[in-house]
Amino acid sequence: MSKVLALDSSGLVASVAVVEGDAFGSNLLAEYTVNYKKTHSQTLLPMLDEIVRMTELDLQTIDAIAIAAGPGSFTGLRIGSATAKGLGLALDRPLVAVPTLDALAYNLYGTDRLICPLMDARRNQVYTGVYTFQNGLLTRVLEPAALDIREIAEKLCEMKRDVIFLGDGVPVYQRTLEEVLLTDLSLHGNRYDFAPAHLNKQRAGAVAALALQYLKEGKTQTAAEHCPEYLRLSQAERERAEREGKG
Amino acid sequence: MEEKKDILILAIESSCDETAAAVVKNGRDVLSNVISSQIALHTLYGGVVPEIASRKHIEKINEVIQQALTDAGVTLADLSAVGVTYGPGLVGALLVGVAEAKAISYATKLPLVGVHHIEGHIAANYIEDRELEPPFVCLVVSGGHTHLVVVRDYDTFEIVGRTRDDAAGEAFDKVARAIGLGYPGGPKIDKAAREGNPEAIHFPRAKVADSPYDFSFSGVKSAVLNYLNSCKMKGETVIEADVAASFQRAVCEVLVSHAIQAVKDYQLPKLALAGGVASNSELRRLMKEACEKEKISFYYPSPLLCTDNAAMIGAAAYYEYQKGTRHGLDLNAVPNLKLGER
Repeated sequence: MSKVLALDSSGLVASVAVVEGDAFGSNLLAEYTVNYKKTHSQTLLPMLDEIVRMTELDLQTIDAIAIAAGPGSFTGLRIGSATAKGLGLALDRPLVAVPTLDALAYNLYGTDRLICPLMDARRNQVYTGVYTFQNGLLTRVLEPAALDIREIAEKLCEMKRDVIFLGDGVPVYQRTLEEVLLTDLSLHGNRYDFAPAHLNKQRAGAVAALALQYLKEGKTQTAAEHCPEYLRLSQAERERAEREGKG
Repeated sequence: MEEKKDILILAIESSCDETAAAVVKNGRDVLSNVISSQIALHTLYGGVVPEIASRKHIEKINEVIQQALTDAGVTLADLSAVGVTYGPGLVGALLVGVAEAKAISYATKLPLVGVHHIEGHIAANYIEDRELEPPFVCLVVSGGHTHLVVVRDYDTFEIVGRTRDDAAGEAFDKVARAIGLGYPGGPKIDKAAREGNPEAIHFPRAKVADSPYDFSFSGVKSAVLNYLNSCKMKGETVIEADVAASFQRAVCEVLVSHAIQAVKDYQLPKLALAGGVASNSELRRLMKEACEKEKISFYYPSPLLCTDNAAMIGAAAYYEYQKGTRHGLDLNAVPNLKLGER
């Protein structure tokens, strides 16, 4: 039996969960998800503490600490990562880095549609990817990247398949997608939908469930080596690269 | 009688561009002091880039903490508390240390003590001189801060003077950039000034009319820029070393005169320096001379304890710990934290 503690503070949602599982099945012991103001630095550990007290959890029984490893809000990712790294250091446990978009897509386990998570990345971009389930396994059709919303819409139109969207980018781009960007997809006779409230944002339960699978495959990191995957350079690095490209 | 138990504190500092961790015993003995500096990285951009600093902190922080524990020959089980800088500083950078410290504190059940960065700089003097005790006057000068502080007790501070515009270190950075010396400006100007004549050019010594202890450095900075500009217009060659030496003399004289005035007015016989600019050789020399003349005991930390480090945070955390300061799991980074605020 493996027990995984998972944290996700990559976006507007802060979420903490504990999942245990073995070859015969898995079980969500607790999940605490809050989508109210972005004060993850002040809420994440108190949320974990609440779970620990409610479920009489001994942190020493945790086998690994899973973290939504990016992309996402730079600061949000670091709050989660530093928390996971601190727990990993103090408890001497490995970390499991779960890509944020993979965990979001995993919310829609088992669908035969394409899954397209959209995370608002500002500057008219989204962190996105395209996923599908093959033989029960989450599979990437398009690798996670920061893309212009038009670019991802075009790619989906070319794929000519039914799609489900989810993520905090949906409220930002839903109208544009419906009215302009996905008309070709509709014309082709494909459906697209937007996931409902209980499935459409980050859930640490999904991070933990995927982490159980990673753990079985030996995909762990030491707490020291773990870093978020931002999928985007800092502004200063970007501008410097542009200057040098021109120079 | 029972032997008094040693208080061992693991301290973490990530407020700007140094990722640092240290283990400090009883506030005065540094068992380890590990600093991972990012200066080389930020030099590419001519100053600290907050997002790059934050990214580097998260890369290095566990390594630095583990090294601090190893160097000190202790494990987490030997510690009494975890101390961490929670302000002032760059919010994204501070958050890395704060989140890490809180998680370690939570998982080990060790008390958490949040520390004010400037309180740490002041406490560097307790490490340097084991006999130093409050009250004393402390001149805190760094890239982000210029404060004249009356340290009444270990946890009681009265800021009697502050800069009205640029911090002293900021002025050094800007002038260094203007005369082509690069970043970081403090050490570069200090070095260049050694070859120059501090009396070659007269730059203004600014006084703030209604407050004898306040500073203003934007005037002297502008005077340097104007001087460089007028040399350019007239086609005169600029002797960088002379500009550096004259600028440095102008800044240091004001720092020294204000600090000495405060020591006299508050009738405290002790004066300490703190902060990155406290390692400036001219400032140390002039302050030492002035203190000798006025029979004031003068304290200053070694250069390694002047720049950002975690040992000083461990020293400050010890005195906060002894006073009963404890922070909860909801401790946040406070980028504009005021000295003495809790």
